[in-house]
Amino acid sequence: MSLLSCRDLNVKIAKTQVCSDLNLSINAGQNWAILGMNGCGKTTLLHTLAGLLPALSGDISLSERPLYNLPRKEIAQQLGLLLQHQEDHFPGSVLESVLIGRHPHLKSWQWESEDDHKMALDALVLVGLTDFSTRSILTLSGGERQRVALATLLVQQTSIRLLDEPVNHLDIHHQHDVMKLLTSKNNIANVFVLHDVNLAARYCDHALLIFGDGRTVKGTCDEVLTEKNLSTLYQHPLKDIIHDGQRWFIAS
Amino acid sequence: MRPQSFIILLVIFSLILTFSSLFIGSVPISFQTVWASLTNSHGGSRIITELRLPRTLAAFATGALLAQAGALMQVLVRNPLADPYILGVSGGAATAVLIGMLLGLSSTFGLTGLAFVGALVAMFLVFVLAHQKGTWTATRLLLTGVVVAAGWGAAISLILTLSPANNLHGMLFWLMGDLSYSYSVSFAFFALIVGLILSMLLASQLNILIRGDKLAATLGINLKQLHIKIYILASLLTAAAVVQAGSIGFVGFIVPHLIRLTGLTDHRFLLPAATLGGGILVLVADTVARTMIAPQQLPVGIITALIGIPLFLYLLQRDAKQ
Repeated sequence: MSLLSCRDLNVKIAKTQVCSDLNLSINAGQNWAILGMNGCGKTTLLHTLAGLLPALSGDISLSERPLYNLPRKEIAQQLGLLLQHQEDHFPGSVLESVLIGRHPHLKSWQWESEDDHKMALDALVLVGLTDFSTRSILTLSGGERQRVALATLLVQQTSIRLLDEPVNHLDIHHQHDVMKLLTSKNNIANVFVLHDVNLAARYCDHALLIFGDGRTVKGTCDEVLTEKNLSTLYQHPLKDIIHDGQRWFIAS
Repeated sequence: MRPQSFIILLVIFSLILTFSSLFIGSVPISFQTVWASLTNSHGGSRIITELRLPRTLAAFATGALLAQAGALMQVLVRNPLADPYILGVSGGAATAVLIGMLLGLSSTFGLTGLAFVGALVAMFLVFVLAHQKGTWTATRLLLTGVVVAAGWGAAISLILTLSPANNLHGMLFWLMGDLSYSYSVSFAFFALIVGLILSMLLASQLNILIRGDKLAATLGINLKQLHIKIYILASLLTAAAVVQAGSIGFVGFIVPHLIRLTGLTDHRFLLPAATLGGGILVLVADTVARTMIAPQQLPVGIITALIGIPLFLYLLQRDAKQ
């Protein structure tokens, strides 16, 4: 069963046609990479798929049900979105910021249980922030803040996760930790917006290339991630190199 | 300290301060007399039942309303610098009251009614102007509110300019916040308790909203509904405070911050703590205002500023060092 799908989707932002008549079906266990140049509409497409922005036309379904008819809370129980930027105008502890991820699963009058607290602390361990629970989020570095946002997404426990540049601000060690952590579950589907083709080739099985003029190319990474496609996509020549059985792309 | 203990401590503090303020004033009154007045038994004093008690309760309720409204308003416009008056609710009330005074209206009941009508008009005006086409961003709301509030400010200045000199004193007192005319203590407490219950129902959603609209939406919050609820609640709480005592500055802005600086950032604790803290601050300020140069009274707004500003700056310094 497809967790998230769209039919004949048209998305446009300002003068940029992000996609025309896009058909996608994202299934459990799949890891999709969305690639494209700055400003081609990757974030817009992700937000549209999450139901935060209206599409020009087309249908989006979440677990085979029309997305636009579902209440936000029900969407939030199945679909999580990691945003590119975190807004921190107000102080608060790291633990509080992670616990809000439990909100879709709580009744409006209900407080977080012991289990919810344990889940949040476990998530912090998973993203490498073991002793950070009482820290103020205003004192965190960019990479630490990004991993707090990831922990919030983890405790939301959704079957589909849309991630807008999840490795933004992260060092190489944490980039790989995070990508491994996110792609390790086979009952969850992930859609990553990435700028690093090699992370996409290594951790994703499917890719969607967005050219910024309405054209898109989609398929398995083996089919889609080619020198020719990527050189066109980034308007810059790329070469692929095979090393230890893994394909690597370098800009020439 | 656990948040629950902190709130209990604030409750105890509020009770002690309410009780002690009954002893403070130009006429010394014994414990027995105060007790007799409170229990409504023989030997009570009308100074307690008709002057000091209503005034003390009015001060507490006004401060509590303002701090609660301030905490909500800061979340609504996503700006920790916001105060309850920022969207012009008090400006509308003040304009209506001053027009009433200019026209020679002097009954407290009439002026209270005018203040409430003015506050509602101001609230409705900003709501309609900011809410066009269904989109309602925090920035748009803030800008609309600030501009409309500036309009009320101009109207107030115009009225003050046109008013005869013998009216000015009363008008200025009202503008700076004054509890000596507060009329409807029971209404204020009713608004306070209903308001607190309603804001507590929103509190867990506020914890999410402060992390941004988009994140709140992805976590299952219906943004439009929540914004409208907070707006109406915060405005009505402000209106209830304004009709009680005019515009008392600093309370609604400073108290939620003071509470946040003590480390209480979860709105389920922050809202009740700020409510109690606001009550305490205005109660203390009003006791000082009516006794410092007695029998002359000072506008309570001056005292809240004198107490609030140094306290705030001290906590801010301490917070920066940690």
